Amino acid sequence: MASRRKVIENLFKSGAFMGFGGLLWGSAAGNAAETELALRPPGAFENDRDFVQACIKCGQCVEVCPYDTLKLATPGDGKAVGTPYFKPREIPCYMCTDIPCTRNCPSGALDLKRLQAKGSQPSIDTAKMGMAIIDPKACIAFWGIQCDVCYRACPLLDKALIIERKRNERTQKHAYLLPVVNGDHCTGCGVCEHVCVVEEAAISVLPVKIATGKAGGHYIKGWDKADEKRMELKEPATTDEEDIESGLNYLNEDNELY
Amino acid sequence: MASLRKNKFLILRRVSQLAILVLFFGGNYFGWKVLTGNYSSAKILDRIVLSDPYAVLQMLAGGYWAAADLLIGALIVLLFYAIIGGRFFCAWVCPVNLVSDFTAWSKRKLNIKNNKRIVLSRNVRYYLLALGLIISAVIGVAAFEMVSPVTILSRSIIFGVGGGWLFITALFLFDWAVARNGWCGYLCPLGAFYALNGKYGLLKVYHDKDNCTLCNECFSVCPEVQVLSRVGKKDGYIKSGECTLCARCIDVCEDNALNFAMNYIKNNHNKR
Ligand code: SF4
Ligand code: SF4
Ligand code: SF4
Ligand code: SF4
Repeated sequence: MASRRKVIENLFKSGAFMGFGGLLWGSAAGNAAETELALRPPGAFENDRDFVQACIKCGQCVEVCPYDTLKLATPGDGKAVGTPYFKPREIPCYMCTDIPCTRNCPSGALDLKRLQAKGSQPSIDTAKMGMAIIDPKACIAFWGIQCDVCYRACPLLDKALIIERKRNERTQKHAYLLPVVNGDHCTGCGVCEHVCVVEEAAISVLPVKIATGKAGGHYIKGWDKADEKRMELKEPATTDEEDIESGLNYLNEDNELY
Repeated sequence: MASLRKNKFLILRRVSQLAILVLFFGGNYFGWKVLTGNYSSAKILDRIVLSDPYAVLQMLAGGYWAAADLLIGALIVLLFYAIIGGRFFCAWVCPVNLVSDFTAWSKRKLNIKNNKRIVLSRNVRYYLLALGLIISAVIGVAAFEMVSPVTILSRSIIFGVGGGWLFITALFLFDWAVARNGWCGYLCPLGAFYALNGKYGLLKVYHDKDNCTLCNECFSVCPEVQVLSRVGKKDGYIKSGECTLCARCIDVCEDNALNFAMNYIKNNHNKR
């Protein structure tokens, strides 16, 4: 039965073709979607992979941005191809109050829902495009030179970016005026990075996930009434994370650690 | 005048393809609101959202339930092409057609035949169509959209970003080296998608055997020659969804043996 043989042979061939092509294509596309370092428009999914999944790459957000902040990634940009991102040192997000980029996204990759606290209107001030991080080595305010350019440029002045005073021990008579970012308020707009006066910005915006850490459940703030309540939890812990009890006093008791 | 008539549909197609491209371009650069976005998803008059149904299908396969605008947009496009029929998108809308037509034309002019050593099946595109959905499901991201020459090419024209020339050159070389219309006719999953979607559409090319002089002109221009199997043999519609409705065959036929006709409606208007 030559014909059956042929059929099986063809099946194998197409199977092999699908497998080979699929692996190649899948890993190429999968790699291309892995872009943790991109700053996204306001109202994007928190997790970048979710954003890449949801964005249809239409560029509507790019077209309506009045400052030409947003760009669509091309192959070689190292961002998921076709998805919007911005580079604040070139053009930051100026935080339009009407948020046209988010408003015009047809896919839900950008959504006003993510820019509104419960029961209030969407506000650009709640955006989490990224978070500013300061390099005290390069920031001349930390040298004792008065700068505060980023502080004055920040759209959320005195909320997202504050100035902390500290005595300058070197001169014995001046104060440091140090910019400090408050992560609860910083939107990641990048205006600070854009205006920073030194050669390579001493304040730069990173994706929130990279800029922020997490202490974990074992630490309890003894001075914080609400946090201390967690010690009273009586239910037996099921995960290591919830198991506060066993970690409470281990240094004072004479038990072996492990 | 005669050459105008001989190229009627070709000219109309170029007008349609370029008009869409220019409108998109103007939408980005000059803020025109007639047609904004790109071939993945567009807005007409800032109101009606259209979207690429295959892209949306990949998103769904990847596990993302897109916003209603996008889903409805995909449905509109799906129905539009299902009703018109065939791969109308490929011949009248898709910007890649400009490249593949040019390549095919230059090969024809230089009398270069397809490479005999590389045999590619036209069914590969259907495998790729399915594979695109499977990979999307596995990696959770629309897989074809990450590599699609259609969207990368159009984005680079509309948004003036890099990468376009690379893809144009790659398409050109592939079509030259492997097969005439190699990408569009053998590999493109989007074309395969529209071929299935448009199989039962209204607009079809109708062949009139009695008028046919077997000159073979249509075979030499058709990007999907296999669909012309009935030419010279039997009256009737070119039924295959793979026909791009480019109407190049109608243009070149000197004997009125090929014409557009409405599917399902018994046709005899072109009998003389
Ligand atoms: S909020 Fe305004 S400036 Fe910022 S990305 Fe959106 S449109 Fe552009
Ligand atoms: S408008 Fe939405 S779907 Fe379109 S490119 Fe921007 S984020 Fe992506
Ligand atoms: S990124 Fe900079 S300018 Fe923007 S809110 Fe944060 S600290 Fe202020
Ligand atoms: S049959 Fe005619 S209309 Fe259809 S693809 Fe071929 S040349 Fe174009």
